[in-house]
Amino acid sequence: MSLLQQQLSAGRFVVTAEIAPPKGIDTAAALETARALRDVTAVNVTDNQGANMRMAPLAMAVLLLREGIEPILQLTCRDRNRLALQSDLLGAAALGIENLLLLSGDHPRFGDHPGARPVFDLDSVQLLQGVEELMAGRDLSGRPLCGLPRFFPGAAATPEAEPFELMFQKYSKKVAAGARFFQTQAVFDIPRFEIFMDEARPLKAPVLLGVLLLKSARMARFLNANIPGVRVPEPLIARLEAASDPLDEGVAIARELVACARLRCQGVHLMTLGCEERIPEILG
Amino acid sequence: MIISEQKSKEELLLALDGCKRLFLVGCAACATACKSGGEEEVFRMQEWLTSLGCEVTGSLIIEEACHIMRAGRDLRQHRPAVEEADVLLVLACGAGIQSVSSSTDKRVIGGLNSLFLGNIRRFGQYEEKCSLCGDCILNETAGICPVTNCAKGLLNGPCGGMEEGRCEADRDKECAWNEIYQRLKKQGRPGVFARTVPPKNWGKVLKPGRHRIKP
Ligand code: SF4
Ligand code: SF4
Repeated sequence: MSLLQQQLSAGRFVVTAEIAPPKGIDTAAALETARALRDVTAVNVTDNQGANMRMAPLAMAVLLLREGIEPILQLTCRDRNRLALQSDLLGAAALGIENLLLLSGDHPRFGDHPGARPVFDLDSVQLLQGVEELMAGRDLSGRPLCGLPRFFPGAAATPEAEPFELMFQKYSKKVAAGARFFQTQAVFDIPRFEIFMDEARPLKAPVLLGVLLLKSARMARFLNANIPGVRVPEPLIARLEAASDPLDEGVAIARELVACARLRCQGVHLMTLGCEERIPEILG
Repeated sequence: MIISEQKSKEELLLALDGCKRLFLVGCAACATACKSGGEEEVFRMQEWLTSLGCEVTGSLIIEEACHIMRAGRDLRQHRPAVEEADVLLVLACGAGIQSVSSSTDKRVIGGLNSLFLGNIRRFGQYEEKCSLCGDCILNETAGICPVTNCAKGLLNGPCGGMEEGRCEADRDKECAWNEIYQRLKKQGRPGVFARTVPPKNWGKVLKPGRHRIKP
């Protein structure tokens, strides 16, 4: 059983973070970032995030394992059909990777290969079901596997998406399809997160609140304009604007969000974007 | 209807590859409606080619260029002019071009790009509603196709990129899943939300598609 799974089932407050594999084969910087993520239970390895081509997350996740860092392998439906997804999953299991985060994936339109043919042979719900099938010893066409893979599959949630009920339909389907934990998109609006948790709690899947470190008012505005599902409320932008050191203020905001998470959900997923050294403060 | 548009003049020049004697073919159906290969466009193409110093040996508008037998028959009726030409320049969709190319050993140049199967909003304004997946889910999705209208073709609800009911891939467009959801709500039924839709069987239309109506 992965450490992540152990800690979540023991009711411990869990902290995850993420790294991106390099664009190239020099993994030194990515590994250094991963090593700097102390106080963290597991580290997500992103999969061609934002549809920008990078090294295979499976390879990067194995490199983390070798360092004694527990990975969460992200896998998107954008780039692979059902054969490739299942075969990557079996490979991951054979290499000792258990934690998964299964995603639809961002549309290639905005990435660095906008002419790529998007695959989306499966959607995230179907991929979650596929993982359940593999764990039961069958592939998606019902054929038996030799040796059972063991996974701890998770999925993404966007608590602030509108319309709420529509987003939540999908959330419920993910739970039913076998999502054992959720990491959320960055959330800044605590009352809205509370509404989400009121609905999510009865479904019993642990939720890790996405906490993104804001570095400046400009960055906050950029997020609002460009990142789907992320909304930094005006009062927070005003705080960053007024602060003598905006990064310090961003750390303070992140601390408040972590404090909120401690009361309302099962952990946090930190996105510190190069400021990993501030993590102890954010968690403190 | 198959929506098509003419290739750019630069692309056409490249495709012409120095060919000087041409026979022109248009289509009276979709390519005429799309103003890409009707009488008028064939005539203008002829003018352009003549201005380039080419010789147009003749032209023909096929009733429906996708009709393989008819295309062959019509071409035979123009045999002398076709024989005189080095190439046939066809202003029809990809299907029409292939009806022609299967009816002659001459070189065939396609002058159009085929875009999609389109509905007609009004004349000159076309929208893709169906991508011919062979396994129609419309009955459960309040008559709105997610395979086509969702930028990712998802089958179990919206992706994380939906914002205020708009689509991640094109903010000017409503998220197809929001449309489906709102319409089902009005109809008071859960539709596709009542079940988890399994992976699509893309094997239903084995490429290339073939269909014969049973007697
Ligand atoms: S589900 Fe969509 S793509 Fe498939 S046949 Fe129906 S309308 Fe066409
Ligand atoms: S926002 Fe809606 S329509 Fe656009 S890709 Fe996501 S689910 Fe599909």
